[in-house]
Amino acid sequence: MATLPTDPMVPDPYRVGQVWKETSDTFTLALEPADGAACSGFSPGQFSMLYVFGVGELPISISGDPEDPGRLIYTVRSVGQATHALVSRKPGEMVGVRGPFGGCWPLAEARGKDVVLVAGGLGLAPLRPAIYQVLRHREDYGRLIVLYGGRSPRDLLYRKELAAWARQPDTQVLSTVDYGGLSWRGHVGVVTSLFRYVRLQPARTVAMLCGPEIMMRFVTRELESCGVQAPDIYLSMERNMKCAVGFCGHCQYGPYFICKDGPVFPYSKVRSLLEKHEI
Amino acid sequence: METLERIVAEHPFFAGLEEQYLQLLAGCASNVRFEGGKYILREGEEASQFFLIRHGKVALEIAAPHRGRLTVETLGEGDILGWSWLIPPYHWRLDARAVDLTRAIALDGKCLRTKCEQNHDLGYELLKRFAHIMERRLETTRFQLLDVYAAHK
Repeated sequence: MATLPTDPMVPDPYRVGQVWKETSDTFTLALEPADGAACSGFSPGQFSMLYVFGVGELPISISGDPEDPGRLIYTVRSVGQATHALVSRKPGEMVGVRGPFGGCWPLAEARGKDVVLVAGGLGLAPLRPAIYQVLRHREDYGRLIVLYGGRSPRDLLYRKELAAWARQPDTQVLSTVDYGGLSWRGHVGVVTSLFRYVRLQPARTVAMLCGPEIMMRFVTRELESCGVQAPDIYLSMERNMKCAVGFCGHCQYGPYFICKDGPVFPYSKVRSLLEKHEI
Repeated sequence: METLERIVAEHPFFAGLEEQYLQLLAGCASNVRFEGGKYILREGEEASQFFLIRHGKVALEIAAPHRGRLTVETLGEGDILGWSWLIPPYHWRLDARAVDLTRAIALDGKCLRTKCEQNHDLGYELLKRFAHIMERRLETTRFQLLDVYAAHK
């Protein structure tokens, strides 16, 4: 008997497997299908709608390994009622999951090229699946360069993984913070200042950016001054997504809906929008 | 062994500078090293040098009342440290501390100032290059001031 396609508006029940505290206000949750089946697959850069029953639904990027079929991983910053409720779920409690939705990072287009990932703050979370993918298929790519900026040392995500990635061949991982205490021995300065320490080969570089919009504006400028062309730069945009399938219009961004046309866009497509205020 | 002239000539900051100026700069240059934790320069002291960092990391610090010393930026390999030698009253505006063992080329700013006054072409060349660094640091400072990762954004 043919099975009916899943209604994208109906959440699937997932159970909270584990919760890790990343920083003072940011947590990573592992969700497992309540029926014990395999998770729906996803591509790096996609997001899900996570439903905290009785509280609300949130668009959250998937931050785990796309080749881990048993669970979906999300890194969430607790900034409001719904995110607080989500990160407060205990192992065993239920959460609704819709998706995955949206387009993905251009990892196929980046094959054979150097991959430059620039993340700011929580923006490292949607890029982490791309890092896993590049490291797993290392021979398909040139150099992997990860530039990560955070507010302070205690706000940096995945610090152990950053150190482990930095030890991989042909991989350069640099982190910086806007405000460093005296005990911090790493870089202090904005994420664009890290470009001084990498030698890009612009003609064979694909750059993927995720972070606050204004940070991405500064980074695109920096990349272009290094010679990277706009069509080789991709950004993950963020807006208030509700339906996640392009019906409601909450996430409209100029002529696009972030949920279905994005969240990953080539810079050349959104450049003129980024330069406009209040869009 | 690398000569100072070659090191100066190969530094991106001096890329494209005429040979006669490179020789002149090398004449004002010396190798220096600072152990981790040692102060390279102190706020308020006379600014008579600048540095081409060859290796290591330097923290630029400002002491703030009730907050202690704050690191506002770090510099590393290839960076230029110090421009107060070029601008009156020639006093450092912040502290610079070697975070790790740092090796650098020190250039005598007093000597260069005199040469720049005598040779305005050299002075203009140097000023253009320092203006570029100042512009970059101003832009990154503006970006830093935006505090883009704060929760309220």
